[in-house]
Amino acid sequence: MREFGIIFKQAFLSKAKTKSFVITTAIMIAAIFLFANISKIIDTVQTLTGSGDSEQVLYVKDDSGELVDRLSAQLSDVKVELTNEPKETILDKVKSEEIDSLLTVSVNQQGIINAEYTTMSLMDFAIPMQIQEALQSIQTEMKADELSLTGEQVQTLFTPIEFEQTNVSPSAKSEDELNQARVLVYVLMFVIYLSVIMYSSMIAMDVANEKSSRVMEILISSVSPVKHMFAKVLGIGLLGIVQIVIYGLAGFIALKTSATEVPGGFSDFFSFSDLNIGTLIYAAVFFLLGYFLYATLAALLGSLVSRAEDVQQMIMPMTLLIVAAFIIAATGLGNPEIGYLQYASYFPFFAPLVMFLRVGMLDLPMWEPLLSIAIMLVTIFVLGWFGARVYKGGVLMYGPSRSLKDIKKAIQLGKE
Amino acid sequence: MALQLEHVTKRFGEFTAVDDLTLTLEEGMMYGFLGANGAGKTTTFRMILGLLNANEGRITWNGKKISYSTSPEIGYLPEERGLYPKMKVEEQLVFLGELRGMNKADAKNSISYWLDRFEVPQYTSKKVEELSKGNQQKIQVIAALMHDPKLLILDEPFSGLDPVNVEMLKKAILDFRNKGATILFSSHRMDHVEELCEQLSIMHHGKQIVSGSLREVKRSFGRQNVRIRSDYELSALDHISGVLNAHHSVEGAVFQIEDEAVAARLLNGALEMGPIRHFEIEEPSLQDIFIAKVGKEHA
Repeated sequence: MREFGIIFKQAFLSKAKTKSFVITTAIMIAAIFLFANISKIIDTVQTLTGSGDSEQVLYVKDDSGELVDRLSAQLSDVKVELTNEPKETILDKVKSEEIDSLLTVSVNQQGIINAEYTTMSLMDFAIPMQIQEALQSIQTEMKADELSLTGEQVQTLFTPIEFEQTNVSPSAKSEDELNQARVLVYVLMFVIYLSVIMYSSMIAMDVANEKSSRVMEILISSVSPVKHMFAKVLGIGLLGIVQIVIYGLAGFIALKTSATEVPGGFSDFFSFSDLNIGTLIYAAVFFLLGYFLYATLAALLGSLVSRAEDVQQMIMPMTLLIVAAFIIAATGLGNPEIGYLQYASYFPFFAPLVMFLRVGMLDLPMWEPLLSIAIMLVTIFVLGWFGARVYKGGVLMYGPSRSLKDIKKAIQLGKE
Repeated sequence: MALQLEHVTKRFGEFTAVDDLTLTLEEGMMYGFLGANGAGKTTTFRMILGLLNANEGRITWNGKKISYSTSPEIGYLPEERGLYPKMKVEEQLVFLGELRGMNKADAKNSISYWLDRFEVPQYTSKKVEELSKGNQQKIQVIAALMHDPKLLILDEPFSGLDPVNVEMLKKAILDFRNKGATILFSSHRMDHVEELCEQLSIMHHGKQIVSGSLREVKRSFGRQNVRIRSDYELSALDHISGVLNAHHSVEGAVFQIEDEAVAARLLNGALEMGPIRHFEIEEPSLQDIFIAKVGKEHA
């Protein structure tokens, strides 16, 4: 147990103390704060440079002369300005971006409004829609006047029906809940995906480095390879937990301090009132299980190569498994009840992401996540036992080994 | 009877790496283990360390099987550099020392003693990759010696060291022997083995082809050398019966002979040709024995 502790400590500290670790963590924290405050920052920049969208001016060329005032009354965000200049002159001004946009309106014989909107901006979606709506209601009013309908009569015409949607499927959450859960689940899924991929390749790299620097021979002459392997997996696991907790705290503080008054900010989509503690606990459980599953696999694969350059190639199949799990889970974000997700959530290598998605988005009966967790635990146990056997021989094996066939050779050598 | 290997055989599939090897090392003995590359030395060391299990035979240390519980008693210097390139010297040695059962304070004391003794105290907080090959070797040696092991296994300890450092390391190893440690080491440098070891064995393709004390090995080899220095050409003597081999140089020649009777014939033959300045019957060097036994291609 003593050696286990020493290796565990070394695996954790030697990584945590490196400059690259400290710098990456610092950059990530900065990025989190930046992201949480992004709308505030954009706003500040816009007020400073004076290019804010608050003073959007719409130039209107109105042949009938009766629409401008009503339009102006309807549109609140946009300043409406009547112009009498010839159309070509104004169009040139739009092209040279002197003015934002031009609207030409007229009313034809049937009393239908004709409008043409011209702008240089590619990103202009909201304003034309507002204008269209405004013109539509102006036309309705005009027609109502024509038919001498009263305001109430018009309103009754447009009274919406009462429609309520109820889903009786036991696993379904309400549409509202689903939307709230979606963001949280997506963020956490991404965290699980990234950290599992990152820390397990870190382990494979570490093991290969110890082999290529031949320090392995000294290590396993004082501690058994199996102990070494599990101490390493746990040490780097702790490193991962520490890093994620730091990011989590940074994210929490960032969101708390970046007051929510700015509309369109991140906090619009994500607020702590939606935070589902259950989802967070599941995220932690599935992160840990996913990590141990892949880390054991990575240690096994890392022990087969003798040069750090070959690591990426060796762990490629493993990386593809994680990527596949992520893609499958991501397809379920829109509809977590697709049939294949259910099967995938019991396949141990996909379960950490897919079962997490399902459990986060749906109201599953308790036995489903528990069964998936049990399957993963068994797989981790089997992989650990198998990995230890490969590892025992793999760490002594040198030479151009870069294929999975070497697993057999390694087990053979491990037995000897 | 400190370290004992009895009829140890190790096979990898069809290939026999070590074949029926028997070694006995008394406490405080320095044992030289010679062999060409691939002769089975490293495999033998790995079996002694418990990294590999023998197919047949027994390996015991003070009567017990070697396991991880005995590892604090063992110091191992692998043939190739086995250190973390990115770790600082002291950190690294503390880590390796702790793995061998030392506590942190003892490890630090021992490290500073050895760094001073090897005249490299300035490297305490340098990264290993920044050191020269010879200095890395010193750090590696410290890693093997720092926990005061009772059994030292040294695979090519002198490789990469300059003559001054070789002397320094020899002294350190001899100190260990004098304190009662048992030392098994391998080397390609026959002169080092000749100087340090009381007992030795030569391995060839997994088989032990020569073993015993240095004197026995030399005596049983039979062949001796005759060195003659003269001012004239000695190649005429090559054909005297009983001369196995001759090396001519500017100063004279060295003849390898079958037995001492040949030496007299050589002396007479040389004197017939003229005066000589030097005549000596030499014991065979270990180098000669090694080459004769293992083959010229592995010298």
